[in-house]
Amino acid sequence: MRFYEYESKALFRRHGMPLGQSGLAHTADDARRIAGEIGGPVVLKSQVLSGGRMKAGAVKFADTPDEAAAHYDAIVPIVVNGQTCRAVLVEEKKGIAQEYFAAITWDGRHKRPVLIFSDMGGIDIEEVAETHPEHVSKTHFSSLLPITPRIAKEAIAATGVTGQALNRLTPIVFELMQVFLRYDLTLAEINPLARLEDGRFVVLDGHIDMEAEARGTHKKLLEELGIGAEETRQAREATAFEQRGAEINAQDHRGVAGNVVEFDGDLGLVIGAGGGSLTLFDAVRKHGGKPANYCEIGGNPSVKKVQELTRLILSKPGVRKIAVMMNVVSNTRVDIVARGVIKGCIQSGKDPKDVLAIFRIPGAWEDEGFKILAKYGVDYCDRSVSMYEAAGRAVAKLNG
Amino acid sequence: MPGMFIDVQVDEAVAKDPAIVKKLVEVCPVNIFAQQDDGTLRIVEENLDECVLCDLCVRAAPEGTVRILKLYES
Amino acid sequence: MSILVDKDTTFLVQGITGREAVNLTRECLDYGSKIVGGVTPGRAGRDVYGVPVYDCVRDLVAKHGPVDGSVISVPPGFVRDAAFEAIENGVKLIVIVTENIPRREVAQMVELAGLRGARIIGPNCLGLITPGECKMGGIGGPAANTKQAYTRGPVGIMSRSGGMTTEIASTLTAAGLGQSTAVSIGGDAIIGTSYAELMPLFEADPETRAIAIYSEPGGRMEAELAEWVTTNHSRLPIVAFMAGRFMDEMQGMRFGHAGTIVEGKEDTTAAKIERMEAAGISVAERIEEIPKLIQKRLAEKR
Repeated sequence: MRFYEYESKALFRRHGMPLGQSGLAHTADDARRIAGEIGGPVVLKSQVLSGGRMKAGAVKFADTPDEAAAHYDAIVPIVVNGQTCRAVLVEEKKGIAQEYFAAITWDGRHKRPVLIFSDMGGIDIEEVAETHPEHVSKTHFSSLLPITPRIAKEAIAATGVTGQALNRLTPIVFELMQVFLRYDLTLAEINPLARLEDGRFVVLDGHIDMEAEARGTHKKLLEELGIGAEETRQAREATAFEQRGAEINAQDHRGVAGNVVEFDGDLGLVIGAGGGSLTLFDAVRKHGGKPANYCEIGGNPSVKKVQELTRLILSKPGVRKIAVMMNVVSNTRVDIVARGVIKGCIQSGKDPKDVLAIFRIPGAWEDEGFKILAKYGVDYCDRSVSMYEAAGRAVAKLNG
Repeated sequence: MPGMFIDVQVDEAVAKDPAIVKKLVEVCPVNIFAQQDDGTLRIVEENLDECVLCDLCVRAAPEGTVRILKLYES
Repeated sequence: MSILVDKDTTFLVQGITGREAVNLTRECLDYGSKIVGGVTPGRAGRDVYGVPVYDCVRDLVAKHGPVDGSVISVPPGFVRDAAFEAIENGVKLIVIVTENIPRREVAQMVELAGLRGARIIGPNCLGLITPGECKMGGIGGPAANTKQAYTRGPVGIMSRSGGMTTEIASTLTAAGLGQSTAVSIGGDAIIGTSYAELMPLFEADPETRAIAIYSEPGGRMEAELAEWVTTNHSRLPIVAFMAGRFMDEMQGMRFGHAGTIVEGKEDTTAAKIERMEAAGISVAERIEEIPKLIQKRLAEKR
């Protein structure tokens, strides 16, 4: 879950990391007032959950409070990579002598946090890593044993930084490491970390991502930062269809059914589980089918959930048939899913044998499930029909 | 609304025996049985189709007094 | 032979009185696995299908002696502590079923396991099975279903998806190809044991003559496998199935800058396929192609 820049900075400030004077503006008057309080050149930055602000024109510089107010109005409407502006951060603008980069993330291969440091911050760090590898250091550290500042020192010194800069940077970077671990972050980045012409070291921009699974653990912090429990901070807002799906899934704690992603096709999909859904979605597309949705059912959901999911999909305009398919199941039960989809069809006023293009779920309790499907005349198959073939049959039936 | 796939039949003597009813309520993982204020049994119809055929209710009552019917077999 | 588990493997179940754990305990017992006990704090003295329940792993070990493995099926907030408890009581193979565990906690468990010479499979996995000998976890489901899908033979399976592990086994079985050991390794960003880390075990197992893997978008595990295979001149032909190809066409799959630097340019499924094929791994477009590809690769070796 991504933090806005001002939230990242609020967290940094709590940990004593050095920041420039700033204020968050929600109106042009706010921007004018804050710029006046700072009393010098300021930078105005759109608070938006995306990179690329500068390129989009959502970062502007002002020398006077009136100019700041005007820039506020110019910045707010700018949409950056589909993300809208929440507020504008007005911050003092000072001359920069040097820019550094510091970030911590997880390295899935080493299964440890890794600190990435560069004395060539500010610009595209991926490019620096390729063109000037000696200016980028990568240092893995323990998430289990106590860490001390020497790790940060070594990482910084490895890029050739020495003298006072080394001693001033070390505590800042070490603090970033501790913040990363303490709050279950998946990314803690400062770029740039600047040495100003007046000799101060200041965090100019920060980017924090917190593990969604850890939100409960850090509820108090999130509350204090003003991040509401309802904010998903996804790259794309959920559609009404998707929100309804999430509600269905939240009805009870038994299994997963309802978490859907909406597409604009005509074939509804009741598919699972995680890997099975990826496989089946590929298969439907390979056969030229146009899915109306993606979903991952699993963990043996209740009949009610499957039934509601089926109704939801059937209620979507343009959906002509539904394909019910999974890999060989061990935990989810064939009979329970069969009951759910048939009930969902009937409650939607449809005949299951017309609207269910195919039912391909082999595995646990399949004998019982197949009896139900046979009774309602639904076209079903067992494991001798592959997932790929089943998807093909569904698509052919829709088009035939 | 009765179940579309499952029905449960309970002999009247059992349905009126508070001790057995209590057991039925306890063992059913999908809450098909409820006990009314007077101790007698109420079948929770909206949960009938959630039955997982575990037979725990059948075993909790005297033999033959609780019967699970698969309506799709008739 | 097989890897990791066989007919003599003993294990315990942590969180044994939970709904899912009760289920998998029964399934494993029915399959013939040796479950010596279970742990649920506060429930000592009870039993689950005849398996004695203890408050602490220590008490269980004191009573039954050293135990080879543990299946952990407790709520996410309790997993790390349970894994530490198992590791510090001498358990060497830990299967974590629970999902939604933050990376930091997974990393800490993996690090402690490394220090103590233990191995973690998962989290967010269904466990592993050596057909006919030991089923450790929910893999395959009820014993009857498991026997239907898994048969003994020369193919090792590694899969990031629990369900697809069984789909692949079932497809191999139908084609007359049995399995040595099948491992559901888990689908999270950080997992206890990756493809490349299991390879040396399969490599050393004389029964295993080929490998089938299920693979999907995200992470660098396929790249790591490709590198391992090339560096170690693996004797084992590998056939991979790649799911989620549609994701290449969809936006929003990019990692942040820092992540990209650590792991190199993030792999699309197309890039993963290219990388694996370059290392001599055959990539199947459909699950049902796997048996034929394996038979072909085995025939080439003769």
